[in-house]
Amino acid sequence: MPYFPNTPDDQRAMLETIGVDSLDALFEQVPKPLRLGRPLNLPPAMGELELTVHMSALAEADAPAGKAACFLGAGAYDHFVPALVDFVAARSEFYTAYTPYQAEASQGTLQAMFEYQTLITQLTGMDVSNASLYDGATALAEAVLMALQTAGPQRRRVVVHRSVHPEYRQVLGTFLQNLSAEVVDSGGYTVDAAALPEVDSSAACLVVSQPGFFGTVADLAPVVEHAHRCGALVIVVFDPISLGVLKRPGDLGADIAVAEGQSLGNPLSYGGPYLGILACREQFVRRMPGRLVGQTVDRSGRRCWTLTLQTREQHIRREKATSNICTNQGLLALRAAVYLSALGPNGLKRVAELCLHKTHYARQRLTAGGRASLLFDAPVFKEFALRLNDRPVDEFLAAAAERGIYAGAPLGRWFPELNDCLLVAVTEKRTRCEIDALAELLEG
Amino acid sequence: MRNRQAVQLLFELSKPGAEAVRWPAADVPESAPSALLPAGACAAAPPPLPELSEPDVVRHYVNLSTWNMSVDTHYYPLGSCTMKYNPKRNERLAALPGFAEMHPYQPDDTAQGMLRLLYESQQFLAEIAGLPAVSLQPAAGAHGELTSLLVAAAYFRDLGQQRTTVIIPDAAHGTNPASAALAGFEAVTIKSTPAGYVDLDALRARLDQRTAVFMITNPSTLGMFEPNIARIAEAVHSVGALMYLDGANMNAILGVARPGDFGADLMHFNPHKTFSGPHGGGGPGAGPIAVAERLAPYLPVPVVVCRDGKYRLDFDRPKSIGRVRSFFGNVGVLVRMYAYILTHGPEGLRRVAEQAVLNANYLLAKVASLLPVPQGPRCMHEFVATASRLKAERGVSAMDIAKRLLDYGFHAPTVYFPLIVPEALMIEPTETESKQTLDAFVEALRTILAEPAEVLHQAPHTTPVCRPDDVLAARKPVLRWQPEAAQS
Repeated sequence: MPYFPNTPDDQRAMLETIGVDSLDALFEQVPKPLRLGRPLNLPPAMGELELTVHMSALAEADAPAGKAACFLGAGAYDHFVPALVDFVAARSEFYTAYTPYQAEASQGTLQAMFEYQTLITQLTGMDVSNASLYDGATALAEAVLMALQTAGPQRRRVVVHRSVHPEYRQVLGTFLQNLSAEVVDSGGYTVDAAALPEVDSSAACLVVSQPGFFGTVADLAPVVEHAHRCGALVIVVFDPISLGVLKRPGDLGADIAVAEGQSLGNPLSYGGPYLGILACREQFVRRMPGRLVGQTVDRSGRRCWTLTLQTREQHIRREKATSNICTNQGLLALRAAVYLSALGPNGLKRVAELCLHKTHYARQRLTAGGRASLLFDAPVFKEFALRLNDRPVDEFLAAAAERGIYAGAPLGRWFPELNDCLLVAVTEKRTRCEIDALAELLEG
Repeated sequence: MRNRQAVQLLFELSKPGAEAVRWPAADVPESAPSALLPAGACAAAPPPLPELSEPDVVRHYVNLSTWNMSVDTHYYPLGSCTMKYNPKRNERLAALPGFAEMHPYQPDDTAQGMLRLLYESQQFLAEIAGLPAVSLQPAAGAHGELTSLLVAAAYFRDLGQQRTTVIIPDAAHGTNPASAALAGFEAVTIKSTPAGYVDLDALRARLDQRTAVFMITNPSTLGMFEPNIARIAEAVHSVGALMYLDGANMNAILGVARPGDFGADLMHFNPHKTFSGPHGGGGPGAGPIAVAERLAPYLPVPVVVCRDGKYRLDFDRPKSIGRVRSFFGNVGVLVRMYAYILTHGPEGLRRVAEQAVLNANYLLAKVASLLPVPQGPRCMHEFVATASRLKAERGVSAMDIAKRLLDYGFHAPTVYFPLIVPEALMIEPTETESKQTLDAFVEALRTILAEPAEVLHQAPHTTPVCRPDDVLAARKPVLRWQPEAAQS
């Protein structure tokens, strides 16, 4: 077995020191009737070569979208990852360390997390970021729990705009199913200037997404102002890449901002591990979930970093903690930090512009022939909803897949009434040539 | 050797005009973003991120990395965290495009290899747990706890039973009571016996028709197998409640005993502990759960099913609690778990437990001659020593010892947990350390205990910083860098 360093001689000497004559004797604590008494029914051990052959064959049985013309998005995006992100994250000292409980032995991770928190506040225009949560959907659930704690017992309504990702809404429903809170849907598929009557003085918060799930972008000022007038907090779900061109959640008046951070240098990886981003205004910091790294000084007065405000957390506060989270997504947060520091303001602006222009080209190109039309006229950032006028979505997706094109995500999966529609995402990786090929297929 | 560049923050290295990534020119027509987007939504300028060149970024992070201890560089006996070696083959395999570049909404037909891997992973975990139904969706152990408790709540709701409490021993991980509260239950804490076992009388006194779940960590956080586990399970089941196993310590019993066989109805795994997923400086982990047949209908959607040789995601589960996260789960971690299980096979997994328990007992035998180990001469995969006498006699605390170990090139054990042992040093060697490493650790400990108290109070002496002021950090939180003009 490859990972056991003790030789038979070592083991004999160790058993002698312990004072037992067999490995079995070490398991005397386990009552005999409760022992398994047979080998586990699992495949036999594989050496590295066999394992590599076996798993490569499994991988070869897939047709990964990231290697094709991928117009799939809906919350997970095929963005380009610069090589230095992989290089830094592959440093043993980062990826084989753990939660920096011993600050002196973890200044590397701690400083990188402090920098991540800072980068996220710069990105979002919020005051504080934590050191990561599991993914965008659970980050939203945690944000809503923060809002409910802040709002107190009189405000138990959580108003969620229909622009929010349907899976985020499902996860929120799961998290709140046994707590005294009510989730209420509001608005249409896109954000517009219409009033949201569900937001009233009994609302703890309004959750709204910019861009919305269908890719649309709106001026959020009217809904934010309305919610604030009602005394509700505003939680904005955002796309990190979009902030190269769009107003930041902090500038929109958000109280809490959450996002899926996968697009910041993290692989698609069939949906995870991803990165939950949560940032908020200063006044909510003691209600935040998850790890926080703070600046301090050491005995010699040197600037350094440590885990802080831990009295919020489960290992101290137990059932009264702000959240149950322990292990988070540290390595993914590191990747996001490296990505953002590599791009800088101009790189982020440029990648956002590329998405924007290619999306608009695709939107125009795919609807020019008349066989598909836009579901919404509203402005979009990097994806848009398309209605197929004269053929089933599944049939078209299958035909496109045969040409190596993943044409989009079928919307009927979440919205049965939209089963003739798909959601098309266009990142900076898509070429004019790929978009034209998709358009020709659509028109053909 | 000290590199000033590493001390500086990214933001202090920033220089207007520097850039590490240059994007190509657009191959489509461009117009101003303000012409395409609503005026009220457009940013006047991009976010004020730092500006750096690629060599700057790489040197910064590589230098930072050298300020960490890690499994690849140091012995890391952090109790309860199972800091075992992270196999390099797993990294290479998980990076294959057929896994790493799969979009979560690809059609099932294009993901048959991925789905087969996940389907088999469900089966492997069911066999190891002795519980037939598995959800791979939870993102970490605590998330698995929450998911399991939501499953339990849905089960009792379906039965029409009003059960409102979850009973938890005081030696449990803090995530247990926190998860119970989040799932809408009242967390009831019971005292453990002085030896760290479940106090059966205390448990019986709290068990009644209101009890939904009893959460147990077995082997315990003291590294002991619960001798009364069968009677505990019987007592829990006799009032119609469920027994939950916190699977943090599965490393000790792989292939030796199965939670389903000793009475657990639900459990979570920590693949980043038991099955060698790299800990990543604080994640990612994963928290798959295994449950008894009668709880299977309530598992989150989707699960992977196989019909007629085709694998697909099954969403049609009307009694499901719903989703607990977006997409499928922490698949990258699960791919590494799959590789680890296949590398070991049935005999190999049992040997993981044997070697982990051998290493822990050997270390216990040696450490016990230096520091009291209240639980006695045997343990499973970890044990807890105490510095309480040392603290009383010489003023030397568990923290002092932990900090001084860093000077000798060892990561510290977990300290001050579990809460039931004063001045606790919780030591978990794992199966991937050698006798020689353990011997060197014991010699370092022996040397440390002979050193003057003052040397220990001032430790560590060789690390980049020494004893950050945690009180200052919490009293005046500075949680981000700001330009000097913006600082108050």
